[in-house]
Amino acid sequence: MSAKVHKAQRHDSALKHVTGQALYIDDMPEPAGTLHGALVLSTVACGKLLKVDSTVASKMPGVVAVLGPGEIPGKNDVAAIGQNEPLFAVDRIEFAGQTLAMVVAETIDAARAAVEKVVVEIEAEEPILDIATALERKAYVQAPSTVLRGDPDAALASAPYKLTAAFSVGGQEHFYLEGQVAFALPGEDGDITVHSSTQHPTEVQHICARLLGCDFNRVTAVVRRLGGGFGGKESNASWVAAAAAVAANHTGRPVKLRLPREVDMVATGKRHGFDYRYTVGFDGDGRVLALDAVLAADAGWSLDLTPGVVARALTHTDNAYWIPHFRAVGHACRTNKQSNTAFRGFGGPQGVVIMEDALDRIAIHLGRDPVAIRALNFYAEGRDETPYGQTVDENHLARCWAEVKTGGEIERRRAEIDAFNAANPVLKRGLGLFPLKFGISFNLPHMNQAGALVHVYTDGSIRLNHGGTEMGQGLFIKVAQIVAEVFKVDIDRIRPSATSTAEVPNTSPTAASTGTDLNGWAAWEAANTIRQRMVAYAAEHFGVAAADVEFADGTVRIAKPGSNQVLSFGELAKLCWLGRVSLSSTGYYKTPKIHWDPVAMRGRPFFYFSFGAAMAEVAIDTLTGESRVLRADLVQDCGESLNPAIDLGQIEGAFVQGQGWLTCEELWWDAKGRLRTAGPSTYKIPGSRDVPPVFNVRLLDKAPSREATIFRSKAVGEPPLMLATAVWTALKDAIGAAGDRKVAVRLDAPATPERVLAAVEQVRQAGRTASPST
Amino acid sequence: MADNIRFTLNDTLVEVADLSPMTTLLDWLRDHHGLRGTKEGCAEGDCGACTVVLEREGRRDAINACIVLLGQVDGQSVRTVEGLRGADGGPHPVQTAMAEADATQCGFCTPGFVMSAVAFAGSGGTAEPDAIHDALAGNLCRCTGYRPIVDAMTRIAGLTVEPPPAAPSRAQSVGFEGAFFAPRSLAEALTLRAEHPDELLLSGGTDLGLLASRARKPPEKLIHLVHVPELTAISTTSDRIAIGAATTYGDAAPTLIEAFPALRPYLSRLGSRQIRNMGTIGGNIGTASPIGDMPPVLLALEASLTLVSKRGTREIPLDEFFLDYRKTALAPDEIIQSLSMPRLWEGETFHCDKVSKRRDQDISTVAGAYRVRIRHGKIEDARLAFGGMAATPRRARAAEAALLKDGFAAAAEAIATDFKPVDDWRGSAAYRLQVAANLLRRLELRLADPQRVLEVESL
Repeated sequence: MSAKVHKAQRHDSALKHVTGQALYIDDMPEPAGTLHGALVLSTVACGKLLKVDSTVASKMPGVVAVLGPGEIPGKNDVAAIGQNEPLFAVDRIEFAGQTLAMVVAETIDAARAAVEKVVVEIEAEEPILDIATALERKAYVQAPSTVLRGDPDAALASAPYKLTAAFSVGGQEHFYLEGQVAFALPGEDGDITVHSSTQHPTEVQHICARLLGCDFNRVTAVVRRLGGGFGGKESNASWVAAAAAVAANHTGRPVKLRLPREVDMVATGKRHGFDYRYTVGFDGDGRVLALDAVLAADAGWSLDLTPGVVARALTHTDNAYWIPHFRAVGHACRTNKQSNTAFRGFGGPQGVVIMEDALDRIAIHLGRDPVAIRALNFYAEGRDETPYGQTVDENHLARCWAEVKTGGEIERRRAEIDAFNAANPVLKRGLGLFPLKFGISFNLPHMNQAGALVHVYTDGSIRLNHGGTEMGQGLFIKVAQIVAEVFKVDIDRIRPSATSTAEVPNTSPTAASTGTDLNGWAAWEAANTIRQRMVAYAAEHFGVAAADVEFADGTVRIAKPGSNQVLSFGELAKLCWLGRVSLSSTGYYKTPKIHWDPVAMRGRPFFYFSFGAAMAEVAIDTLTGESRVLRADLVQDCGESLNPAIDLGQIEGAFVQGQGWLTCEELWWDAKGRLRTAGPSTYKIPGSRDVPPVFNVRLLDKAPSREATIFRSKAVGEPPLMLATAVWTALKDAIGAAGDRKVAVRLDAPATPERVLAAVEQVRQAGRTASPST
Repeated sequence: MADNIRFTLNDTLVEVADLSPMTTLLDWLRDHHGLRGTKEGCAEGDCGACTVVLEREGRRDAINACIVLLGQVDGQSVRTVEGLRGADGGPHPVQTAMAEADATQCGFCTPGFVMSAVAFAGSGGTAEPDAIHDALAGNLCRCTGYRPIVDAMTRIAGLTVEPPPAAPSRAQSVGFEGAFFAPRSLAEALTLRAEHPDELLLSGGTDLGLLASRARKPPEKLIHLVHVPELTAISTTSDRIAIGAATTYGDAAPTLIEAFPALRPYLSRLGSRQIRNMGTIGGNIGTASPIGDMPPVLLALEASLTLVSKRGTREIPLDEFFLDYRKTALAPDEIIQSLSMPRLWEGETFHCDKVSKRRDQDISTVAGAYRVRIRHGKIEDARLAFGGMAATPRRARAAEAALLKDGFAAAAEAIATDFKPVDDWRGSAAYRLQVAANLLRRLELRLADPQRVLEVESL
């Protein structure tokens, strides 16, 4: 009997992707009378909104309506978890790119032409554009929060050594290839159906209802697939959908709102940039005794999902390391920029970089091997409680570390690289290793729930629906595999269907890597309920014990002494129907064991941890600062992988995305706070040539999850993004080789050629100062 | 001239009536012709989601449908993802290879990758990583990390692909809607130019196309030059090469590389395959962008332009052509006919550099090009030109003088007197100055030992 899970299975839409037959929202046929929306945005970052005059615009050819706050029948608020985040600005302007109004017209060109005729008057004020200024003015979107263990002040005071350092990382644009888009279709009695490219259909439903001033049951959000999400369509898709819904409601006609790339990039939030300052205390062996860290996130102008991002950054500051005395304070700084939001890793990537920086500095300070120093500080038996109180009871750190070092031939290559560096004054190579521990579950326990709906039809075909959205990550195929496994039928018998709030209600976003963990279990429960009914009926019908009804290879065997019987799965389904057995079931799952106190910042926020390790080799040019990743070796824990092909794709894709965040992807605002890197011509995500030419990726073998995850698999969406931290570490190693390795390197991310060159100059300068003889 | 635009789309002749010839090919495919497999990812020719293939005599060229105007495909043959079939009527082998390699995740970029792959396989692409990355440089994927796409490309390299069918060519000059003029002779082009001195010249359109795609404000009228044979001629003699201004980068590259081998890696980083298949050298000069990659090269190579009008022709050295930010010496009735440059003389050597945030398809932060004459170990002459350092691409005359007089260190120092660059998203002024100076150090090392590996890309 062939298992349906734990095997490579191609993405269910692969053939449709390559033939251009996979439909995205902008590809859907438009009913007659469809209108198109275009947004009026502020070009000023901060100020008082004096006037939005659409007199001329509304008389332009093809224009049907110009919508502002007055046209919103319900509440003008699209906040995901906070409040006062208006769809259309009312009197305050908080960032350049803020939506002020929307033109709805017969054609997209008519709408866009009219946008330019809307007269906007703003009394500009001085914006806050950086974290330092916000910190100085105590401009926050929420009160600071702290994870604290022990007495870091005392431990630092008595530590044999201590170091203080500061650095920063930039934000990151999601750059999903399909921009934000929604298509709202009005129905009877003001009902509305919204096709949205969203990771959070339920929130689309709620926010549309909030703005329309109607009950949730009047709005249906439908999502077949996204052309990429990465967190950028968790909260931001909701306001785009709400704008389309308000316009459809106002005009009584279908309305499509698709943001052009530039509008998308200036209007929507991004990964949070962070500034860090920390003091680390350690002993002469390099054992960390205490950490006192301040993490200051650039939240942008509003709350959005920042509390979760800061919480995850604070709960990942420890990363793989046991730190007995620990304080991490998180500030959510309010700036006049796009409201930053979820992005793959959700604060985790910004948390884990701190210890990597600290351990490199410790190694240089003590003149020891940074790789050994890392391993010395790993969580281990007796040193296994995180600063927020969760025990690391399953721990693959040492194993991942050993595998990546062996697979990457660390000793041979270290020697080779050192020899290269000694012989080459211009080009320098560097090696960086990174261990990963990443917590899986939404930090808010209530979000860790999911529902599914499974129908078995009388021909044995199966329709599958659940609350998770398909955005390329392969969720639909993985959950289909699970259902196929329950019924022991071929995967082709399962038809995954578009996510819809009308089929499975009250869902959580497809985020935090939990898509399969949650929806997979929910679908299993639904399928298993039906299976048990089928078994019970078959046992009764054939007069055998339930244990004598066996599902295998698309058939059902009835073991009866002397007269074994075999039915197809479809025949049994038909038989059950004739016997009046329900062949439809919902399924529901909630993650066990988790709890979290958001004030004390303590508890068990994560059902389990995912582990990994990476080794990267880079080369830099000390004349230009250009760099290149030459090789990467990765090991990622996926538990017992449900689908190694899909998981491999997630690991590789996440790594390259993380590499982009830390190297070439730079967001640049001008002095007036306008984002000037608002398209692919100026904002550079990695291209195919940037992928390490030697790229060895392994799934940690024979590592079934210790917790009762679905078929003992583990989440994979976010963790491998952080493996790219090894690239940043390797860059610092290469920069160090330009000097004498006596001084630590400060390298802010993204490590653009300019920042690399500045760091090279910095270590060379320090070398000259330190040794007057040269 | 009441002609309609006619072209072949997926083996079927189509005729477009009553639609602006300035409509982009992408908009026409999606909104007027109902083919929605081709996607809009950025509308600026940088992401490749809109890639389609132009099938020309014996070759297949990937282009960005988002910045190509409908008038430009008149008389051409276009293939989109919907027009691909395998021998058995099923998916094309390239499509199968991509699916089987797990090279799709969200799938939105995929049709564009498939079309770039078809162009690659259909023009004899080899399984060398360099060739594959060249073919993919104009396509962005945010999901896969590219490894499986590159694997699929490796599999399809060398695939036997039938030569494209003949396109319905058009021999006569034509005008669409009294707005889009496509002359077929220089005389007609000059007459049109004289009659419409204020209208834009379209020569590839990789810059101009953005007016239609991103800004949604296409020019009301324009003169499309790439079908004028006199503007696309390439001629070489033993001491000069001359290239018609409307020659695409793709078509000009072999001649340029043969004469100046250092241009091979440089040209492969100029735009992307899609851009080089449309963009022309004359167009790049005509827009006078301060960050064009080619002008510094041409300045260093002492290129001159032949400008032509009904009044006659004149020669002008390139460094007298760029007047200021996006301002040139081109008269309102003139067209750039060609550019020419001397080959390297004995003792001369040419090198060039491009520094950008991303290796492929990025605009230079700093571009440098250098022609140096060395005899008996002494530098006798040097032309050093830079892009990204000023409002126009410019020679570094102080550095040139310092180099002849006091050597490379002095030349590097003189960069700061030559240029006052600006701070922007591509780099700060200080960084630009430092890099330009350091590139002269790289040049010194290169001249001292041409075999020496000096770039990370060569490792």
